[in-house]
Amino acid sequence: MMDINKIREDFPILSEIIYDRPLVYLDNAATTQKPWPVIRCLEEGYRRHNANVHRGVHFLSMAATEAHEAARARVRDFLGAASAEEIVFTRGTTEAVNLVAFSFGETYCREGDEMVVSVMEHHSDIVPWQMLCERRKMRLRVIPMNDRGELLLDEYEKLLGPRTRLVAVAHVSNVLGTVNPVGEMIATAHRHGIPVFIDGAQAVPHMKVDVQALDADFYAFSAHKIYGPTGLGVLYGKKRWLEEMQPYQGGGEMIDQVHFEKTTYNVLPYKFEAGTPDFIGTTALAAALDYVESLGMDRIARYESQLLQYTEERLSALPGLKIYGQAAHKSAVVSFRLGDIHPYDTGLLLDKLGVAVRTGHHCAQPLMERLGIDSCVRASFSFYNTREETDSLCAALERIRKMF
Amino acid sequence: MLSAMMSINEVQEDIVASFAELEDWMDKYQLLIDMGNDLKPLDEQYKKPQYLIEGCQSRVWLYARYEKESGLVFYEAESDTVIVKGLVCLLLKVLSGRTPDEILNADLFFVERIGLKEHLSPTRSNGLLSMIKQIRSYARVFKMQA
Repeated sequence: MMDINKIREDFPILSEIIYDRPLVYLDNAATTQKPWPVIRCLEEGYRRHNANVHRGVHFLSMAATEAHEAARARVRDFLGAASAEEIVFTRGTTEAVNLVAFSFGETYCREGDEMVVSVMEHHSDIVPWQMLCERRKMRLRVIPMNDRGELLLDEYEKLLGPRTRLVAVAHVSNVLGTVNPVGEMIATAHRHGIPVFIDGAQAVPHMKVDVQALDADFYAFSAHKIYGPTGLGVLYGKKRWLEEMQPYQGGGEMIDQVHFEKTTYNVLPYKFEAGTPDFIGTTALAAALDYVESLGMDRIARYESQLLQYTEERLSALPGLKIYGQAAHKSAVVSFRLGDIHPYDTGLLLDKLGVAVRTGHHCAQPLMERLGIDSCVRASFSFYNTREETDSLCAALERIRKMF
Repeated sequence: MLSAMMSINEVQEDIVASFAELEDWMDKYQLLIDMGNDLKPLDEQYKKPQYLIEGCQSRVWLYARYEKESGLVFYEAESDTVIVKGLVCLLLKVLSGRTPDEILNADLFFVERIGLKEHLSPTRSNGLLSMIKQIRSYARVFKMQA
């Protein structure tokens, strides 16, 4: 069992009072709160270890470089990657998608080729691919889903053909919470010789992920969604792809030799890391990974799944409440609408009652279209949330319903 | 309507007073919701793209007409969310039925004074800020026609 009250003490923001009410933070799919070890690591980094990495001969620079590279090794270990060369630090999942869309696209994609994404992707896993398709005159094809919010795997396989260059799919949907069977989907794509990019932003905070077991070609996530600092992300890529792919951005760090006649590029992963990296952020990410693994990814998954079940039961009992996303395998995200009440109104009033949720289209307009709505309310949970907080959400919704 | 005889600032003071009585946030929002529910629905012919002000989270339709004889601008508006409708209702009370000059020179202090300033922040993106801009640009156009 997890001692949630003790865990909550690790997150100073959770004891904040909002509009005279204790904060109920249910917007964890947008960003997660930070535990003390992460906050302290950021503070210590600037207070004691700050010096630019990979170039200084002095003590601090070497110490900072060591900490930064140790963080990369920590991420390698966390994702189960074969080597640290396969771990590229980015500004977030979005930049990781853009990196692959550009560098993979430049290297492997030609006019008339195809690219496959799913209907439930976040805009950041759609738009960079659309831009690639426009650049290269390619066709973007979309994996459909059923009404429960599960991808149709038969239809998926039919989309794969000789011109398909890449499949990009979310491990977990940010709106529906659906955990997609990415292992199976990767195996299917590989049977056709097609590599797969997995957007893992909503998955890594909630479950154990092993990129080698999945056999993913690319896997990306954001530090801030897994209790780490904001503005930092990770792209895992199999060495065979990363080695062949063109660099993304040019600049310092990513070069080997620079001459006006010809420039050669640095080795992996530095080839894809132009400019000074967020070396304080990377060490804080390592602290975040230490933190979640000390709780245990399996225990986190079990606890959150029980909380999801309780929350769905309670919410379903509210008259007029409709839940979007009923997949058999779901992460702790509940999207819903309360009768005829506009999600904007619901979210606004929940806020005034101290409950933080997200409303709107959740950067997934094509999915909203598929669901036949323009927006919904999303409550997304973490291991630090409690049943009492679910009760607060439900009580607030009861009260809001009576106001209209 | 009473507000037609009052100045823009008098109407604003009136609104501020009615909200000042309400201490709790939820009571203020209840008042907004009640106003929103009572807002006269916009004629269907004006719920068209050319009258639509798209916000990120909610939408507002705004129709304006200029009455030559009186020199006044009349606005009608609606939103898909009830709370924004309530705010629209307040804005119309203050600004509809005024001369273009009155509208262009109005200092909309009431929103801040009733504690709803956040609704006009650009990050809120509920279409309200754009609605005010649109109200003003109609006034500017009508002023030139006058």
